[in-house]
Amino acid sequence: MMKSLFSLSVAAAALLASPALAQTVAITGGKVVIGDGSAPIEGGTVVLRDGKVVAAGSGVAVPAGAQVVDASGRWVTPGLFAGFSRLGLVEVEAVNETNDSSASRGEFSAAIDVTPAINPKVSAVAVNRAAGITRAVVAPIAPAAIFAGMGAVIDLGDDYNAVTRARAFQFVELGETGSAKAGGSRASAFLEFRNALIEARALANGQRGVPAHPHDALLNRQDAAALVPVVNGEMRLLVHVERAADILNVLKLREEFPALKLVLAGVSEGWLVANQIAAAGVPVIASALNDLPSEFEKTAATQSNIGRMKRAGVTVSIGMINDNDAHRLHYSPQYAGNLVALQRVPGASGLTWDQAFAAISSGPAQALGVDAMLGSLKPGRAGDVVIWDGDPLELSSAPVAVMIDGVQQPLDNRQARLRDRYRTPQEGALPKAYER
Amino acid sequence: MRYGYLAPLAAIAVVGCANTTTAEKPASTSSSSTAKAEKVSINENPYPSTYKPYPGQPTAIRNVTIFDGEGGQIDNGVVFFTDGKITAVGDANTPIPADIAVIDGRGKFVTPGIIDIHSHLGDYPSPGVSAHSDGNEATSPVTADVWAEHSVWPQDPGFSRALANGGVTSLQILPGSANLFGGRSVTLKNVPARTMQAMKFPGAPYGLKMACGENPKRVYGSRNQKPASRMGNLAVNRQTWARAAEYKARWDEYEKKGGTPPARDIGMDTLKAALEGKIQIHNHCYRADEMAIVIDMAKEFGYTVSTFHHAVESYKIADLLRENNICSAVWADWWGFKMESYDGIPENAAIIQNANACTIIHSDDQDQIQRLNQEAAKALGDGRRMGFNISDATAIRWLTYNPAKAMGIADQTGSLKPGKMADVVLWNANPLSVYARPEKVWVDGALLYDANDPKRRPVSDFELGQPGEGDTK
Repeated sequence: MMKSLFSLSVAAAALLASPALAQTVAITGGKVVIGDGSAPIEGGTVVLRDGKVVAAGSGVAVPAGAQVVDASGRWVTPGLFAGFSRLGLVEVEAVNETNDSSASRGEFSAAIDVTPAINPKVSAVAVNRAAGITRAVVAPIAPAAIFAGMGAVIDLGDDYNAVTRARAFQFVELGETGSAKAGGSRASAFLEFRNALIEARALANGQRGVPAHPHDALLNRQDAAALVPVVNGEMRLLVHVERAADILNVLKLREEFPALKLVLAGVSEGWLVANQIAAAGVPVIASALNDLPSEFEKTAATQSNIGRMKRAGVTVSIGMINDNDAHRLHYSPQYAGNLVALQRVPGASGLTWDQAFAAISSGPAQALGVDAMLGSLKPGRAGDVVIWDGDPLELSSAPVAVMIDGVQQPLDNRQARLRDRYRTPQEGALPKAYER
Repeated sequence: MRYGYLAPLAAIAVVGCANTTTAEKPASTSSSSTAKAEKVSINENPYPSTYKPYPGQPTAIRNVTIFDGEGGQIDNGVVFFTDGKITAVGDANTPIPADIAVIDGRGKFVTPGIIDIHSHLGDYPSPGVSAHSDGNEATSPVTADVWAEHSVWPQDPGFSRALANGGVTSLQILPGSANLFGGRSVTLKNVPARTMQAMKFPGAPYGLKMACGENPKRVYGSRNQKPASRMGNLAVNRQTWARAAEYKARWDEYEKKGGTPPARDIGMDTLKAALEGKIQIHNHCYRADEMAIVIDMAKEFGYTVSTFHHAVESYKIADLLRENNICSAVWADWWGFKMESYDGIPENAAIIQNANACTIIHSDDQDQIQRLNQEAAKALGDGRRMGFNISDATAIRWLTYNPAKAMGIADQTGSLKPGKMADVVLWNANPLSVYARPEKVWVDGALLYDANDPKRRPVSDFELGQPGEGDTK
C-alpha cells in the first residue's frame, strides 16, 4: 500500500500516469455516496479493481498494494448518469452539418441505430465529463415518423469506445409530437404504433414459418425488423409522453402487446395518474422541473411531479427530455437539488437528498435495465467514480477527479482552455493566439 | 428552453419612448396669418401605467442575513418597510416600531426583489402555441415601430412562477431578435393584472431592442432579402441610424423654428428618443468582435449602448466593455446551441466582474427566470474556482441593482435603501444555495407571495378550472 501524501489532484495525476486497469485503487476518507438511495457514509472507502467497484462503504479494508487516493474532506460518488440526452450527436445545435440527432429527410425510423452518429470527441462530452457526468442515455430525435429509432447507453470517457450498450431501447413519440408525426392526431399516432407492432409481429411469425402478413405493409423491412425485439419484449421501449390521458393509453398498450417492456419519458402530468403508473410497474424518466403549461399536454405540470410519483411507488429518475439535452446535462445535479429544496416548501413534494442523488445515478440505470453494471458504487458496478469538492447537488460544487471504468479522466476541455486564455482579457506581449 | 436555439432570437427588442404626436389643438386655418399655430408635440407616454401598489402592512424582518443589492451584506440585520417603501435597513440595533408585524428571519435571507432584464413572458407566453407567438415582428429587419407591450398577455402563467419560485418583482419584456431593430421594450412590475398597463413600471424608461449576428441575417437572408450577412446587418443598421438622425434634426428644427411639423414616423420616434438618451439600447450580441463594432457604431451616431444581451463572449473584451461603461447581461452557462454561442464559458460572468465591468445575469427563458439566483450561484462558484475573490453579495447585485441600473430604474428599486420601493424577497436559506426558495415576496410592500399561505399564490385565468389549479408549482 502506498499512501499518497500529495494533494488529491497530484494523486489523480499519478493515477492517470499509471495503467489503471489491472490495478487496485482505494479512495479513502471521503463522504461516500453509494447512489442507491442510501445515506452518505462519512469517512468511507471505495475500492476499485480492474475497473470495477469491489467494495464501498465504512469499514472497508484497503487491500495490500492498492494505490490510495486521500479524499478527506471530499465527497465520493458514482458518476452521474444522464437519464435522457442527445449527447455525442451534436457539436453545434443550429449547425446542421454537426447535428446528427435527427434524420427528418431520411427513409428510416425504427431501424435507425444511433451508434454510428455518436462522436465521443464532441466538445459537450468533455464539458459534461468535467462536470461529473460519466454515462448517458442517448436517444435519436424522431424523423418523419413516431419511431425515432434505437438509442444507446454511452460512457463519457476520453477515448473512442463510447458505446456501453448499443440498441439499448427503441424510442417512440406518443404525445403531441407523436400526433404531429402521425399526421395530426393521437388516434393516428396510436394506430401507427399498433400497425407497426402488428407488422413486426407478422414479420417475426414469418421468420418462424408462420404465413407472413398480407400485402398492405406500411413499414419497410428494416423498420419492421427493428421492432421485432420490441414486440417480443427483448428490447425496452422508451415512450415520450406528457399528458395524463396519454400515459394511461400507453400503459393500456400492454393489453394488446403484453410483452412490451415500457419505460416512460417526460411524464409531466404523471402525478395525476401516479397510482396507475406504479401499479403497472413501469419506470419513469421524468423532466424534473417542468412547472408551466408550456404545451397543452403539460397543463398540470408541477415541480412536485417526481416527488408525488415517488410517494405513489413509481420507480422514477431524472432525464432532460428536449431540455438542452445535447450540451447541458450538467444541469441534472442542479435539478436534483431543486427537488430536495421542495421538501421545505409547504404543499410541495420533493425528494430526500438520498433519493434525489439516486435519481441521477442508479435511477436511470435501473430504468434501462443496466443497474447491475452501472449507476452505483455497489460491488461489481463499473468503476465510474467522481470526487467532489463539496455536496454534489450544490451549485458551488465541482468534481476534482473523475474516473470511468476505473480510468482517471482528463477534466480539460475547450471551455477551460478559453477560460485560461482570457483570465485576463487584455493581450500580453503577443496576441492571444499565442497564449495556450 | 422552449424556443430551442431560436430563443435568443426572441430576444431582440427595439424600444422607443416617444411615439405619439399630440396636436394639442389644431390651429384654425381660418385664423389670421399672425396667429401663431400651436406647437405639435410627440406624446411620449400614450399607454400610461395604471399600476397602483396593493395595500401592505408595515413590516419588519429581524435576525436576518441581508444582501442589500448593491454589494453589501448585513448579518443579523433588520429590514423595515412601510407604506410601500423601504424605511430602514441596518444591524440588530435598528429601531422597529412596537406596533408592527415583525418576522423572525433567523436562518433566513433577505434580498431586493429579483430583476430580469431579459424576458419574453407575455410576448411568448405559455402555452407556447402559435396563436401566442407575439414576440417577433419578423416581417422586416427594421421594426423600430413595434412595442413589446402591445403583445404582452397578462395571463401568462409564467409571471406567477417567476414571482413564487424566483422572487422576481420587476422584469423587462423585450421583442425578439429576428430583426436588427426589434422594437421597444417595456418594464413591468411582476404583479398579476387584467391589463398590461396595470403591470407597467411607473416611470421606467423604455428600451430599444437591437440584434447582432446570426438571427437577422438568417431570417432575412433565407428570404433572399437584406441583410444576408453580418456586413449587411451593419449596412442596414447604419442607414437606419442615419435616417433617424435626419428625422431628429427635422424635429429639432421644428421645435426651434416652428412651421410645418415633420411627418410622424412611429419607428423613427423610437430611434429619435434613443439618440436623445431617453431610451436605453439593449443589444442582443454574442461575439466579442461584433460588440466592438457596435460600440463604434454607437459612437458614429451618437448614442450609447446600455447593455449587451447574451454576450457570451464578453469575457474576451471585458476591459473594452468597462471602458465604455456597457453592461453584459449573460446566462451562467449556455453554449453550443448556435455558432455564435460556441465559445460560451461558465466563467463569463466572473471574468466580466473581475474586470470591474457591469455584470448581469438574465434569463431569456420562462424556466430560468424562476432560478436566476441559482444561475448567479453557478457563475459565482466557477469564478471562485478560478481564484477570483467575488462575494455572495456581489453575485446578488448581478440580479438586482445592476439590472435596475441598466434599465434606468435603480433610483426606484434594485436595492434595499430607504425610500426605494419595498420590493423584497425573504428566502428560507441563502439564495445562492440550490436548497433555497422564496418564502415571502413583497412588491411595493404588498405581500404577493407567501409559501405558507395558498391564498397568496397567484393563479392566472388560464389555469382556472384546469388540472392542477392553484397547486404549488
